[in-house]
Amino acid sequence: MSRLRVIQGGQSDAPLVSLKGITRVYGEGAAEVRALDGIDLEVRQGDFVAFMGPSGSGKSTCLNVLGCLDVPTTGSYAFAGVEVTDLDQVQRALLRRHYLGFVFQGFNLLARTSAVENVELPLVYRGMSSRERRIRALEALDEVGLLEWQSHKPNELSGGQQQRVAIARALVSGPQVLLADEPTGNLDSERGRDIMRVVQKLNRDRGITIVMVTHEEEIAAYADRTVHFLDGRIARSEVSKAQV
Amino acid sequence: MLRGSALRIALRQLGRNRVRTALTSLGVLIGVAAVIAMVTIGRGATARVEQDLAGLGQNLLFVHAGGGRQGGPSGGPPLNLTDAHSIAEQVQGVAGVAPTSQSAATAAYEDQTHVTGVVGADAGYLDVLTWTIGTGRAFDPAELLAGADVCLLGETARNELFGDGAGIGERILLGPISCVVVGVLESKGQNTFGQDQDDFVILPLETFQRRLSGNRDVGVIYVSAEPGANTERVQADVLALMTERRHVREGMEPDFTVRDMREIEDMLTGITGILTSFLAAVAAVSLLVGGIGIMNIMMVSVTERTREIGIRLAVGALGRDVLRQFLVEAVVLSVGGGAVGVLFGLLGSYGVSTAMELPFAVQPDVVALAFVFSTLIGVTFGYFPARRAARMNPIDALRHE
Ligand SMILES: Nc1ncnc2c1ncn2[C@@H]1O[C@H](COP(=O)(O)OP(=O)(O)OP(=O)(O)O)[C@@H](O)[C@H]1O
Ligand SMILES: [Mg+2]
Repeated sequence: MSRLRVIQGGQSDAPLVSLKGITRVYGEGAAEVRALDGIDLEVRQGDFVAFMGPSGSGKSTCLNVLGCLDVPTTGSYAFAGVEVTDLDQVQRALLRRHYLGFVFQGFNLLARTSAVENVELPLVYRGMSSRERRIRALEALDEVGLLEWQSHKPNELSGGQQQRVAIARALVSGPQVLLADEPTGNLDSERGRDIMRVVQKLNRDRGITIVMVTHEEEIAAYADRTVHFLDGRIARSEVSKAQV
Repeated sequence: MLRGSALRIALRQLGRNRVRTALTSLGVLIGVAAVIAMVTIGRGATARVEQDLAGLGQNLLFVHAGGGRQGGPSGGPPLNLTDAHSIAEQVQGVAGVAPTSQSAATAAYEDQTHVTGVVGADAGYLDVLTWTIGTGRAFDPAELLAGADVCLLGETARNELFGDGAGIGERILLGPISCVVVGVLESKGQNTFGQDQDDFVILPLETFQRRLSGNRDVGVIYVSAEPGANTERVQADVLALMTERRHVREGMEPDFTVRDMREIEDMLTGITGILTSFLAAVAAVSLLVGGIGIMNIMMVSVTERTREIGIRLAVGALGRDVLRQFLVEAVVLSVGGGAVGVLFGLLGSYGVSTAMELPFAVQPDVVALAFVFSTLIGVTFGYFPARRAARMNPIDALRHE
């Protein structure tokens, strides 16, 4: 914990996230799949980065490693100067709890649980009083425009609404980094733009660092920088056209 | 801070999926209830057999003519009254002797008739065979000596002839003779083999021999040993005395039999022993089957919820937060199901025991064992799969199908 406290200070010149030679290998021998095959990447505080690339090129795997949901096979991952690969399971959980918000490719909301309770979930593990939890969760739902849907369960919400609940859950704990895996993947372009406006606002107004996977050029254009994946490697990295 | 909330989270999760909650605790419930019901009912049956055995009268010997089985091919002459008197006088440790003769006859009172057993008995009979007079009186010595036309009724015989009436002082027909009812015996109910012991009429032996059988033969001599006497010694002495009286030559099979109640008792004790081990086996199997059922449903339920565990881990729960929640859930389910199972098991076995007229023989240790065993299995198999899931990388738990 104490080593992680340093992060809050945030030296803006050092990168917030730094990956060096990251590999992630599934299986062994003939069945071996090198999902990540030597990734070098730096993300600075306040950056807005998009991952693009063909299916199976390793975007989600890389995002999972960044989110401490998965452990790289080899390589070094420094988060605010702390070497994550040296941390144990509990420390990684605390890193997730205090600094990271994650939006999954497939929502991953708790079934039979209302929208507001889903959003409250990360706060439960921060030992917050239930009153305060409810207030914060409602604020987060308001931010994604779902206040009046608070007591609906996931199966009573549309795909876009579920996606927005997932985003509210990711940002309710005030993370430094929001990691979003195809946050607009299931939405029409209209809804997709709604979501992206929310995400962009988080980046601009709150300075939240954002890493996002997408297949759509139009969505990637919201980011400052696009990183292209191919066969587990970074093929190229470019500053988004909109930024130019 | 999280301790209280683990309970709250667990209860809320249980409330969210009522069907799964019900099914899981049902597994524990049925396991516990089945074991308790099985063992309690079985124990009641065994206790009933033991009770009946005690009622047979300890230290009882009986002597009859013929080798081997009573009524089997008999060599030699029948027994007589003098045999009985000799046993009473000459064998040490004898408490009482009851020479009897037995047959069957149709008893009739007004328009009621009933075929029943008839026993010719003398003064010692009631004591030796542990009968007590319910209403009226026993035979008096004068009646026994004179062979008076009096009789005692077993409860079933009384009921058949008189219904609700007491019958005392009434004159009944018994085959070719008539006699006055002077007393009715206290009921003994069925014996261990399900035979009605109350279906008979007792005449003075003198009356039986003179007016019913027409000879002086004695069928069976019952001999009761004194309490604390060595029954085997008494048996050996009776055997020796009778061998001498009946002039059985050295090395010949005796033409009479002295039987010990204990032989029958041993057999019955064997039966109850078998019953008891059978019960233990049934209990063990129920416990095992119940346990496997609980195990299954717990493991399925946790595996099903691996994704939930993944989600919780991904948003910052520690493995131990998740584990505590699942442990609380498993304890609540198992203890709740177990408690209701104890209730159902006891109620069920009480109902069955009452219906079958068995004693309600609750064994607290079995109740405790069933409860503790099932609860432990429930908690264990709720806990360990959850622990495995909580140790996964969150992403693996999330991908789990
Ligand atoms: N748990 C796993 N076990 C084995 N192989 C895996 C596993 N997860 C991913 N892979 C493999 O790793 C490679 C990269 O997968 P990844 O999910 O990162 O791709 P992606 O770029 O996100 O694709 P998409 O755009 O379809 O989401 C794929 O070839 C995939 O088959
Ligand atoms: Mg992907």
